[in-house]
Amino acid sequence: MILAVVLKTLFVVVLVVGVFAPLMTWTERKQSALMQDRIGANRADIAGITLIGLLHPLADVIKLLTKEDVVPAGANRVLHTLAPVVAAVPAIAAFAVIPYGGVYTIGASTLSLVAADIDWGLLYVFAIGSLATYGAVIAGWSSNNNWSLLGSVRNTAQMISYEVTMGLSVVGVFMVFGTLKLTDMAVAQDQTLRLFGFVESLGWAQLPAWADHWLRLPAWGIFLQPLAFVMFLTCMLAENKRPPFDLPEAESELVAGYFTEYSGMRFGLFYMAEFIEVVVIAGLITAIFLGGWAVPYLSQDVILHGDLPLIGRSLSGLFGAGAATLLCIGLHVGTFIAKMIAMIWLQMLIRWSLPRFRYDQVMDLCWKVLLPLSLANIFVTAAVMIALGEVA
Amino acid sequence: MDFEAVLFYVFALLAVAGALGMVGFVRNVVAGALCLVLTMISLAGIYLLLGAYLVAVVQILVYAGAILVLFLFVIMLLNLRHDDFGARRAGRSVLGAIGASVAVALAVLLAIWSPERLAAPAPLSEGFGGYRDVGLQLFRDYVVPVEVAGLLLLAAIVGAVMLAKKEVD
Repeated sequence: MILAVVLKTLFVVVLVVGVFAPLMTWTERKQSALMQDRIGANRADIAGITLIGLLHPLADVIKLLTKEDVVPAGANRVLHTLAPVVAAVPAIAAFAVIPYGGVYTIGASTLSLVAADIDWGLLYVFAIGSLATYGAVIAGWSSNNNWSLLGSVRNTAQMISYEVTMGLSVVGVFMVFGTLKLTDMAVAQDQTLRLFGFVESLGWAQLPAWADHWLRLPAWGIFLQPLAFVMFLTCMLAENKRPPFDLPEAESELVAGYFTEYSGMRFGLFYMAEFIEVVVIAGLITAIFLGGWAVPYLSQDVILHGDLPLIGRSLSGLFGAGAATLLCIGLHVGTFIAKMIAMIWLQMLIRWSLPRFRYDQVMDLCWKVLLPLSLANIFVTAAVMIALGEVA
Repeated sequence: MDFEAVLFYVFALLAVAGALGMVGFVRNVVAGALCLVLTMISLAGIYLLLGAYLVAVVQILVYAGAILVLFLFVIMLLNLRHDDFGARRAGRSVLGAIGASVAVALAVLLAIWSPERLAAPAPLSEGFGGYRDVGLQLFRDYVVPVEVAGLLLLAAIVGAVMLAKKEVD
């Protein structure tokens, strides 16, 4: 039991710190180069082999680790040292509940592809995310620098404001799926939705059989709650403090904001925390709005036992139950990662397209636009659910 | 000793250490507030061990993640430094120490006099402490008190805005 916990934790941390974070720095550089019509990182090499710039993360780490670690005069040494860790830990911890796959039965044992499959998965993410504020707050205050302090004051106000709307914006999704468990959400999205099913629920007409068969959508959160998707994405971007919401570190106003006085790997940790959060956001949005590991139009049951299109036979029939399950796991994890990459790419696109907001615009967007909209979304969702007779 | 017991003692020690730290760092308000954060998070851990998931999450989300962040925000805005505080008053510290000692002594006395009160708790019902259970209780069984509390908080917010507006105008 304890061994399993330790192993799962180690796996998550190694995956995040060793794979996601370095790959993200490379992706960011390549994406920005692409969008600015440059070539991008391609110089670091080992014996002339550059691997399309994939060696740059390695070079970065070596550079950051060998740089001098400066603590400014008058800084609070303990808190200054602690802050980057406080910033990075919540980002990594959020990975515990991200479901890369569902629950599978192999022989007598069941396999679940999520480190901590808890009932309150999404609440856990919110709770952990609310602690992420402290990294920037401590960093800014302990640096004994006015730029830093201003940065962390901005950060505090921004994070607190957007936390409220972030929570409210997904309440509609909870209502539709009736759960907070991320794996259950993925299971609920592993189906198709009758596109014109509401016509029948209202009792106006009967749908013809062909319409019922062909006009279907995957039952994804983005189709059921499109407004929630946009609002949640906005709030998450604002929580992550990357452009266009990078007011706490606005380089043209505050030097580098709350991490002005950091150097070496401590500076790197703040960047790493941001990159890891990009992956967390992508994973969360995939799990809540994009059907998680579900392959559209092919539910787990169909993949395992149903007749596949084009082939006409089931996987279990072709390869036996065990191999079919393994194939299904591969398919699901692959689907999840593909969706996650698409969401990471979307965030990069936003980050390199939009200029920074003014601070009053950031606050107005949160309190005057997103908050009323998210409340309205809850009411409309409830009204529609009652009208469709989904609530007793 | 099983894993949960170990976790309990770790969280309990951290909670007490954080509380002592908060009292101890009188001169460094930010450090004191951060110690309070530590206590809040440790308490959330203890709630988790008790099976009260929602309370644990709310503890972190509201107390550690919002209220104490606002505390820090205010401290940073006012830029409170060491010399903003007057000389330490010995009398208050002594009073506080006496109060804390009495509380601890009462808890110990309770354990000695009636150990049956500290016996194993009743087994938890299905779904105890989850969002579904708590939500049904709050919004069905106790909906009137919840609404009244909400109204009270709304009045407080309106009052705060009015006071702040007076300053601005």
